[in-house]
Amino acid sequence: MCGASMKQGIYTIVEHKALTKDVYRMVLAGDTSAMTMPGQFVEISLPGFFLRRPISVCDYDEKTITLIYKVVGQGTDAMAKMKEGETMDMLTGLGHGFGVEKSGDTPLLVGGGVGVPPLFNLAKKLIAAGKKPTVILGFNRAEEIFYAREFEELGASVIVTTVDGSEGVKGFVTDALPPLFSFVYSCGPMPMLRALYRAAQGTAGEFSLEERMGCGFGACMGCSIMTKEGSRRVCKDGPVFDKEVLEWQI
Amino acid sequence: MADLKVTLSGLELDNPLIPASGTFGYGYEFAELYDINMLGSFSFKGTTLEPRFGSPTPRFAETPSCRINAVRMQNPGIDRVISEELPRLKKVFHKKVVANIGGFSVEEYAECCARIDKEEQVGIIEVNVSCPNVHNGCMSFGTDPLGVSAVTKAVKAVTTKPVYVKLSPNVTDIVPIAAAAAEAGADGISLINTLLGMRIDLRTRKPVIANRMGGFSGSAILPVALRMVYQVYEAVKLPIIGMGGVTSARDVVEMMLAGATAVEIGAANLVDPWACPKILADLPRVMEQYGITSLKDIIGGAH
Repeated sequence: MCGASMKQGIYTIVEHKALTKDVYRMVLAGDTSAMTMPGQFVEISLPGFFLRRPISVCDYDEKTITLIYKVVGQGTDAMAKMKEGETMDMLTGLGHGFGVEKSGDTPLLVGGGVGVPPLFNLAKKLIAAGKKPTVILGFNRAEEIFYAREFEELGASVIVTTVDGSEGVKGFVTDALPPLFSFVYSCGPMPMLRALYRAAQGTAGEFSLEERMGCGFGACMGCSIMTKEGSRRVCKDGPVFDKEVLEWQI
Repeated sequence: MADLKVTLSGLELDNPLIPASGTFGYGYEFAELYDINMLGSFSFKGTTLEPRFGSPTPRFAETPSCRINAVRMQNPGIDRVISEELPRLKKVFHKKVVANIGGFSVEEYAECCARIDKEEQVGIIEVNVSCPNVHNGCMSFGTDPLGVSAVTKAVKAVTTKPVYVKLSPNVTDIVPIAAAAAEAGADGISLINTLLGMRIDLRTRKPVIANRMGGFSGSAILPVALRMVYQVYEAVKLPIIGMGGVTSARDVVEMMLAGATAVEIGAANLVDPWACPKILADLPRVMEQYGITSLKDIIGGAH
């Protein structure tokens, strides 16, 4: 599990901008000491909403946490209206993230849509460790693409796929898999993860899952999934799981 | 010096705060965050005879002041709770715990309670006859005086520890149900469990949670809980653990004035994991503000 326990704090929005029509990047300044690995998430509190919202962390350093989120409902819609300089109550350092040490020399990172963000800090850490990651970023169409350039600037080999072929490789992420890779990390919609699960048999990997959560820190059992090793909580035991423990049909 | 001590059926608690079942797991998630020994006690995740995975997801929906959940009593089963969870808990929690027990038949309740009764760490057995999410399950017991009576009698026959029966608010009149528990030998009453609720997703035009209906809790239900604790206090001469929508020290005092000896805190833990220590820290201030020197003195004070 993660080393440090979560922290609650008040964070100031220092940058907030739209990356596409409905995907936003928010950079928050505050205590980031509870963040210990890529793939962890935060739980944000929004005025007028009872439950906190889990949002994956795209990147973090000693002073800031970067979130990239898509407006999908009332909560994220309210989040999108927040202004730079405003503050937000967050729980940080939640969940068990990606294991950088498992990667081998030529890991593959596969992100679909709003599943792309948590792979960014992972790619950064892999490159810092001297690995040579290939990153496949899958979107529906050209207007939805974000962060391809940012991954390239880190030094990763980037392949973009679009379902309609308006940019990059036409098709799904599984249509662009390199012939060889040492390990696969992925985050994205369930149909994509399942397709990748089938396509990447024989190579070990870690998948980050999404589930509607109650608390975000393991207390309520709201986000349980069944795995080969029994019941697991997406928020506390995950969101990143070894893909081998997932109880999915090939 | 504010006196926070209360006594539940002979069990002395340093203060009346008890995190409610289903919002505190088996304690360790919170023990990572603060010393949970500051609590009066806590009520562990509703446990049944057999392991249960519970409901499919999604299990949660919400309104601005409440959550709706249908976990449907996911738990590892009583034997693993005894062999694994309690020994682990013992390392971080040195007080008596409230054992929350669910079931699907009178025999199952009795068997489960008989097994947990042997555990030294258990101070009180809280028999949940009111989970709203299990079809033909425990809520059918909790909405019928005969069912409550049968479960209570069966459990009392096989246990030595105080038995508190946790009642459902989803009834026309709570009084005959509480009276049935009392007549059957209950040592106390816990109330209220969640109210049955629903939300519908406008995009899918279907209920948000997989179980369709779920238990509605959070600050919105405080007035319902206060009213029912007040009614039961008048009708039944048993100690009450009051709960439902408690999120502040003021709410704790209000619940005790209605008739509660101890107060469980539920949904608030899921939104703010430090909710209980914050309420505890604020209690002496609220007591001073309203001229309360000992919490024992205000139990049922509104009557």
